[in-house]
Amino acid sequence: MTNATADLAEGIAAVREIVAQHGRLTVDVHSLDEDCDLYGVGLTSLATVGIMLALEDRFEIEFPESMLSRGTFRSISSIAEAVTNLAS
Amino acid sequence: MMSSIAECPVSLSAAPDVLDFDDLLSRVNAAGREVLAVHAADVDNKARFPAESIDAMRELKLLSAYVPVEYGGMGLNIIQTAKICEVLGHYCGSSAMIYAMHCIQVGCVVHHAQKSAYFRRYLQELVDDQRLMASATTELGTGGDLRSSICAVEINGDCFTLTKKAPVISYGEYSDDILVTCRRDPGAPASEQLHVMVRRGDYTTEPLSTWDTMGFRGTCSSGFTLTSHGSTDQILPTPFNDILQQTMHPYSHIVWGALWTGIASDAVNLARAFVRAEARKTPGETPISAIRLAEVDLVLQEMRHNVYSLAREYHELLTSDHPEAGHGFGFSIRTNNLKLSCSQRIVEIVGQALLICGISGYRNDSRFSLSRHLRDAYGAALMVNNDRITKLNATMLLAHREGH
Repeated sequence: MTNATADLAEGIAAVREIVAQHGRLTVDVHSLDEDCDLYGVGLTSLATVGIMLALEDRFEIEFPESMLSRGTFRSISSIAEAVTNLAS
Repeated sequence: MMSSIAECPVSLSAAPDVLDFDDLLSRVNAAGREVLAVHAADVDNKARFPAESIDAMRELKLLSAYVPVEYGGMGLNIIQTAKICEVLGHYCGSSAMIYAMHCIQVGCVVHHAQKSAYFRRYLQELVDDQRLMASATTELGTGGDLRSSICAVEINGDCFTLTKKAPVISYGEYSDDILVTCRRDPGAPASEQLHVMVRRGDYTTEPLSTWDTMGFRGTCSSGFTLTSHGSTDQILPTPFNDILQQTMHPYSHIVWGALWTGIASDAVNLARAFVRAEARKTPGETPISAIRLAEVDLVLQEMRHNVYSLAREYHELLTSDHPEAGHGFGFSIRTNNLKLSCSQRIVEIVGQALLICGISGYRNDSRFSLSRHLRDAYGAALMVNNDRITKLNATMLLAHREGH
């Protein structure tokens, strides 16, 4: 495993934990594929606020207004990608 | 960019056919004086549907005012639609509210369903038959949250069945078609919603609750268990979440704010007439009530300005190349602020008008009576409760980055 893929796997695990805590989903987040549509399992735009605050705290980043979109929070992998972009 | 639009002075000049629109407004005013105002007290007393008002609107083809010209509608924009709601609000709050709620449903179809051949035909039907559209969004058990549903549409081939326990369907007994929210299938989470149109003749209603309220009595917003069926073509081809965010939410608060401005404005007109009569009794002296009138007039101006400033911003969004600018928290927060502000100001304005008119305004049998205005005014904060809206804003403000 290269460093980059190890970082990505770690990032996805951390995102999954935060989504489990703050996403108020109707299913167990740990059973979800990382590309699963979170809105299809109960994510609401208001719950994304909690996820965003937790991500900012955990990764010491700040989401700009332009990234607070439905697309950013659509799946665990899209959230992890956004976090990676903001952290780099 | 957005803030500069929001600060533009209110004007209807961007709208097409300004002269025709002025002419339309005078016809709406005439119907208001000759029909709505004549029956307003009886509608209020008996909590009955204002059938005469809706007939007058049908005669003016107002029910298709927001339908694009290509379908035979008037093609009015949101600013003009708001103005019509305001004018109607002068004469009968319930009639204006029914009209506003109808326009919201038309807006949902116009903005989100034109890609469907079924709904394109429907829009023509709406023009020809001046069909009245109602809405069934709230549901027993969801605590007033529009963003979640318990009932689900069940699809079998090309057909669907849908049963909803709705604690409120305004004028549900008198509407032709109802837009109903529901889950997209019986296994879907509460937040995965669709918007389905059910047609008169395809649904039955069983009463759940009555409508004997303080104000807006003529909206006849009783509760029903709605049992319906239809063709899957009747499901709007856009998820309800998008319809709510992009249309129902801003559209509702603009047209409601506008009709509340109409009610408030009529209260101020009554106060003005009262002050003038007083002034005539004491020539050369400005009565104390005139000072009150000056104060309340300022609040009314602010209220109206707020409505049309957001209407203009929304209009710019709808006609811009980047409508997604309105999908962020900023526009939602401003929309909620409009509702909060207008619903408080209407109470303040009518209350001040009552102080000006004094006992004449307090009486039910005087031409200055403000009883109906005041009772209607208190409803504004309750229809989509202000506490719920404030809480949503509080959450969104945690994420919102830009000042507005």
